[in-house]
Amino acid sequence: MIMTMVQAINRALAGEMERDGRVVVFGEDVGRDGGVFRATEGLFDKFGPDRVMDTPLAESAAIGAAIGMAALGLRPVPEIQFMGFIYPAFNQIISHVARMRNRTRGRFTAPLTVRTPYGAGVKALEHHSESTEALFCHIPGLTVVVPSSPYDAKGLLAASIRSDDPVLFLEPTKLYRAEKQEVPEAPYEIPLRQAAVVREGRDLTIVAWGAMIPVAREAASAAEASGVGVEIIDLRTLSPMDRETILTSVKKTGRALVLHEAPKTCGLGAEIAATIGESALLSLKAPVLRVTAPDITVPLPKSEDLYYPNAERVLRTVRRLMEY
Amino acid sequence: MIERFDPLKGERLRILDEDGRAAPDLDPHLPEAELRALYDRMVQARAADAKALKLQRQGRLGTYAPSLGHEATQVGLASAMSRDDWFFPYFRDLGAFLTLGYPLADYYHFWMGNEAGLRTPDGLNIFPIAIPVGSQVPQAVGAGIAAKYRKLGIAIVTTFGDGATSEGDFHEGLNFAGVFKTPNVFVCVNNQFAISVPRSRQSAAPTLAQKAIAYGFPGVQVDGNDVLAVFAATREALTVARSGGGPTLIETYTYRMGDHTTSDDAARYRTKDEVREWERRDPLARFRLYLGHKGLWDDAYEKEVQAAAADLVEKAVAEAEARPPASVDDIFAYTYAAAPPDLEAQRAELKASLPEGRR
Repeated sequence: MIMTMVQAINRALAGEMERDGRVVVFGEDVGRDGGVFRATEGLFDKFGPDRVMDTPLAESAAIGAAIGMAALGLRPVPEIQFMGFIYPAFNQIISHVARMRNRTRGRFTAPLTVRTPYGAGVKALEHHSESTEALFCHIPGLTVVVPSSPYDAKGLLAASIRSDDPVLFLEPTKLYRAEKQEVPEAPYEIPLRQAAVVREGRDLTIVAWGAMIPVAREAASAAEASGVGVEIIDLRTLSPMDRETILTSVKKTGRALVLHEAPKTCGLGAEIAATIGESALLSLKAPVLRVTAPDITVPLPKSEDLYYPNAERVLRTVRRLMEY
Repeated sequence: MIERFDPLKGERLRILDEDGRAAPDLDPHLPEAELRALYDRMVQARAADAKALKLQRQGRLGTYAPSLGHEATQVGLASAMSRDDWFFPYFRDLGAFLTLGYPLADYYHFWMGNEAGLRTPDGLNIFPIAIPVGSQVPQAVGAGIAAKYRKLGIAIVTTFGDGATSEGDFHEGLNFAGVFKTPNVFVCVNNQFAISVPRSRQSAAPTLAQKAIAYGFPGVQVDGNDVLAVFAATREALTVARSGGGPTLIETYTYRMGDHTTSDDAARYRTKDEVREWERRDPLARFRLYLGHKGLWDDAYEKEVQAAAADLVEKAVAEAEARPPASVDDIFAYTYAAAPPDLEAQRAELKASLPEGRR
């Protein structure tokens, strides 16, 4: 069936709820309204208010409650309406969700999947364009997942819900309805912790994820016209990171560019560059370069285009790498 | 019974007066064995607590949060629970842990600095203690939502201090509980201090129990040094919760006789007179008088109970101290269900850097 990413996410939720009675969905507006992006549309009617719960507007309590639900055998899938509003739940995520398995030596775990729309590019209000995945990638015990296509979104979300580890599932709002793709009706999983080579090339590797994948593709097509073969790695699971796929590619191409829409300093690009430096230095023909948002607060919509990395900026950096 | 004590009118549930006389209309009339069990547990909690302090002073146990003065609250609430109920504790709950059957050796082991002590034995429904203040409250509510969804017919008890009532998680959690009508019993152990900050600086409300009213369910203030009052109030709230009647907030009005932790010096912020005043209301002494009036307590019995408690404590210390320290494998093994390759590499690197005996 041809569908958008937000429809694929909806199908993944419905599919997992059908196959596992322990899966419950909750958050602000996820019930009768079907979510502000319609990701949970129809679930309330199909599964009822006990499994699709509108909650009071309190992010910390939503995640805290998910921990307690998990302790009593449920598979909670809370939704935080925008990543910019996840911070009240930071304490629950970092102090409890991430470390539950460790601090109880495995007696309790927190197999929950926190879904939240993230990223800029849809001209949203202030605080609705956050891309702070690196904050969470820094925390041991968390798995951070970002899909870049409808097909991946469905399979990665299913795998996240079935995972025994807590997952932060970041849904790029810019991609919710950006493209349609054939997505199988039946449930399927795309394994976590595995990056995908979404375009092959011999000269240069771009590592990206989420809404930066279309930007990378656009730049790669343009580069090809001038004879540069760009390989694109879609990280898919940001943490724990699939370093092997990155290193295999960079050892082949000898050049690496990390592309992310989060600010540069201490962004995930730094970790990727360090990984390449540690393990593929002698394969490099040029330094690892980053194309990222600048280290400034996300501007309001009128200036968003200045902030958001685009194919032109990527291409300029591709040229720098090729001419190094 | 709870509804007879309106926190907005400053009414507090108390069953035992300071002479150990029970109010006839409130006495739960527990069988002798249960009364003695309440006392035995309180004696054990006090002995185990005193031992932990001693071990800390000797460098054998880490920073410790003493429970002295809280025995009636801790033992009273836990004695009212059934084995199927769940407990979401805070960090000052020794008497409740003992009452619910948590091995004292494990309790010590955790405070000695090893996560293995925080692994609740299988079959016990005790969540790990919460150290970030108030964060356990929404977790307990989530457990309540799950219990209701799974139709388990159980209740969830959670404890926290007076300071926690200033945290957002307290308010968010209680609000959720009211909306979802969860089977929760919230026990606010009002010991008058959050480290040095007095109760009056946490809230301008005359009682903490009355906060429940704003969330749409009952709250009751109970004499926290009266084990029968805590027991009876908790038992009633549990019955309501299990039968679908929704949550209750119980404020146990008590006093932290010791320091906040072994790193604190309470003499900096409170007077000896105040502490002496609360010594007069000692929860064990009061219950001992009650047992005495019933002919259930004498010197011989006291000796027997104290000896049993000392024995329990010594065995637990020996057991905890005999356990091996955590290995490198122990501290790595529980980060994920299955460790990613990077983490395996970090583990190997750390091991290679360590002497044989510390791996």
